[in-house]
Amino acid sequence: MAGITLKGLKKSYGTAHVIKGVDIDIEDGEFVVFVGPSGCGKSTLLRMIAGLEDISAGELSIGGKVVNDLPPKDRGVAMVFQSYAIFPHMSVRENVGFGLTIAGASKAEKAEKVANAARILQMEHLLDRRPSQLSGGQRQRVAIGRAIVRNPQVFLFDEPLSNLDAALRMDMRLEIGKLHQQLGATMIYVTHDQVEAMTLADKIVVLKDGMVQQIGSPMELYHDPANLFVAGFLGSPAMNFLDVDVTAVNGSKVLVSNAALKPVEITAKVGGFSAGGKAKLGIRPQYLTPVDSGGMLQGRIALTERLGSETVVDLTLGDGTRLIAALARDAVFPIGADLGLTFDAAQAHIFPQ
Amino acid sequence: MAQISQDNRGLRLVVRYSVLCLIAAIFSFPLIFMVVSSLKPSEQLLADAHSFRALLPVGDISLNNYFDAFKRAPVALFVFNSVLVTGVTVIASLALCSVAAFAFTFVNWKGRDLALTVILATLIVPFETIAIPLLLEASKLPWIGLDGITWGWLNSYRVQIVPFIADGLTIYLFVQYFKDLPAELIEAARVEGASWFAIYRRIVMPLSGPVLATAAILKFLAMYNQYLWPIMVTQEEQYRPVMVGLQYFFQLNRAWGEIMAYLSLITVPVLAFYLYLQKAFIASIASTGVKG
Ligand SMILES: Nc1ncnc2c1ncn2[C@@H]1O[C@H](COP(=O)(O)OP(=O)(O)OP(=O)(O)O)[C@@H](O)[C@H]1O
Ligand SMILES: [Mg+2]
Repeated sequence: MAGITLKGLKKSYGTAHVIKGVDIDIEDGEFVVFVGPSGCGKSTLLRMIAGLEDISAGELSIGGKVVNDLPPKDRGVAMVFQSYAIFPHMSVRENVGFGLTIAGASKAEKAEKVANAARILQMEHLLDRRPSQLSGGQRQRVAIGRAIVRNPQVFLFDEPLSNLDAALRMDMRLEIGKLHQQLGATMIYVTHDQVEAMTLADKIVVLKDGMVQQIGSPMELYHDPANLFVAGFLGSPAMNFLDVDVTAVNGSKVLVSNAALKPVEITAKVGGFSAGGKAKLGIRPQYLTPVDSGGMLQGRIALTERLGSETVVDLTLGDGTRLIAALARDAVFPIGADLGLTFDAAQAHIFPQ
Repeated sequence: MAQISQDNRGLRLVVRYSVLCLIAAIFSFPLIFMVVSSLKPSEQLLADAHSFRALLPVGDISLNNYFDAFKRAPVALFVFNSVLVTGVTVIASLALCSVAAFAFTFVNWKGRDLALTVILATLIVPFETIAIPLLLEASKLPWIGLDGITWGWLNSYRVQIVPFIADGLTIYLFVQYFKDLPAELIEAARVEGASWFAIYRRIVMPLSGPVLATAAILKFLAMYNQYLWPIMVTQEEQYRPVMVGLQYFFQLNRAWGEIMAYLSLITVPVLAFYLYLQKAFIASIASTGVKG
């Protein structure tokens, strides 16, 4: 059993505080994804778990045991790096079996486990090649093979697919998902890619500036973002935010409007609104629908992108705000024309400003 | 267009090869002169020195100088001493300095940067300034040998080897090279369970062919050319290296032909070492795919 607990974890380089107190509970067998903008500390946090960075403060336990001061080799983790980090002077077979060689495994045991890993990753035919004779996707397989061969309790992935092209990325994404089901190990996965985060994760951790913004299942984060940052970070195209005036507050019901928006009542998930104040109204592009007349919003079409399955319309509202609408199915909208839009108030989010 | 760039490329090749040939010629003239001269009697050697004949094996050619050189000095002993001292020092130095550089590059410990700075600072201290204190120390050091504990290291191989094993320049070369190795390789090995020593032996050293060759050549030359220190610490002929042996040819009657013969002989190990390393160097680059 290898759940992982991070309690008040901090990391500083001199006076630069990179991780500022992170608490996360990861259950055994869970697939957790760390997302966040570049430089927010995802890799640092992962490397602290691996034991490659010292922990400045706080407590890290793996499988119920505090491991703050254990070297990487005693933590029972395997890691896959963005650059693959395959040893260039060893064959694929030696690379995959490296951890076993170090552990002093017998020849027979090594041969069997390497063959097994190669079968799972469908790379039996590559075993005698040198890393320089492999494609990017094949190298990634070798790196994953090296990780699974020791049968670790915890897998750490640092943007493992970011060097692959889109098609291969999708293949490997599915394979990593499958691998997680097969092995049932705890996995922590760092990525920039929302699709990877949404599809792979049992639990997503959104980080910003070394602090956790929200932890939850992909759908919780998508439907109930805790703050503006999470709301804007997840979802593609990104959520629209309108500056609105609060005209009345009644319990959790908040009545908002602005020059371009007809008054609408939104159910707030957080507090902090008062009549006469300002707020941000968040509407996902997918929840906007065009109407012939009587729309809640009125805008002029600045740009359209026809993707076949959907049409992304870029509008400018009366007050100059930009609004993106992702409309289901293919449709033609003339640029420069006016378009009325409506949305389901239950799917809108409101955040205090 | 295509025509012009083609001509350009041809011209560039011609220029490049001409320059390379010129450099090669400049470097090989002294060697050719040395070998050719070693075959001539001294009078002819001096007479030829003013013409291109200096580079041609013409006239009264024989191996007499070589026989005379062997008669005048124990050439084989000197070459043996130098090869032994140089070989042991090079191997020990590569082993020790690479381990030190490994600790300076990959392992985090208190005082690491300060220690490295101090070591690098020793690069600017010329050996001549520490030669005398070092001699005094060496003359008092204890040694445990077959005949129990003895005092003083003078007149031995060890006194020519030990002071030169640890050396700032070699450590610096390794540190620079190690810094350019991808850090993730080391980290991956650590996560895979490798100890520091396993990382050194299985990851870092196999990828260090180019720097090993460079450091070995520099160390070899420095050691093979040792003169001041051996002359200070070896009063007995038995331990003397080749450069000290050269003195034998400047005493009494100076015979340039014999000097050239002696120099030709002592150049052989250097050439052999170069050729060996060149092969090893290319092999290591080819097998690792890591460019130096
Ligand atoms: N050795 C270091 N010394 C000082 N600052 C560092 C060091 N390593 C990382 N940082 C800083 O820590 C912060 C977090 O870095 P980290 O690599 O964890 O970001 P990240 O979220 O993984 O970003 P990316 O998505 O670009 O990989 C960055 O602002 C970075 O500049
Ligand atoms: Mg990163």
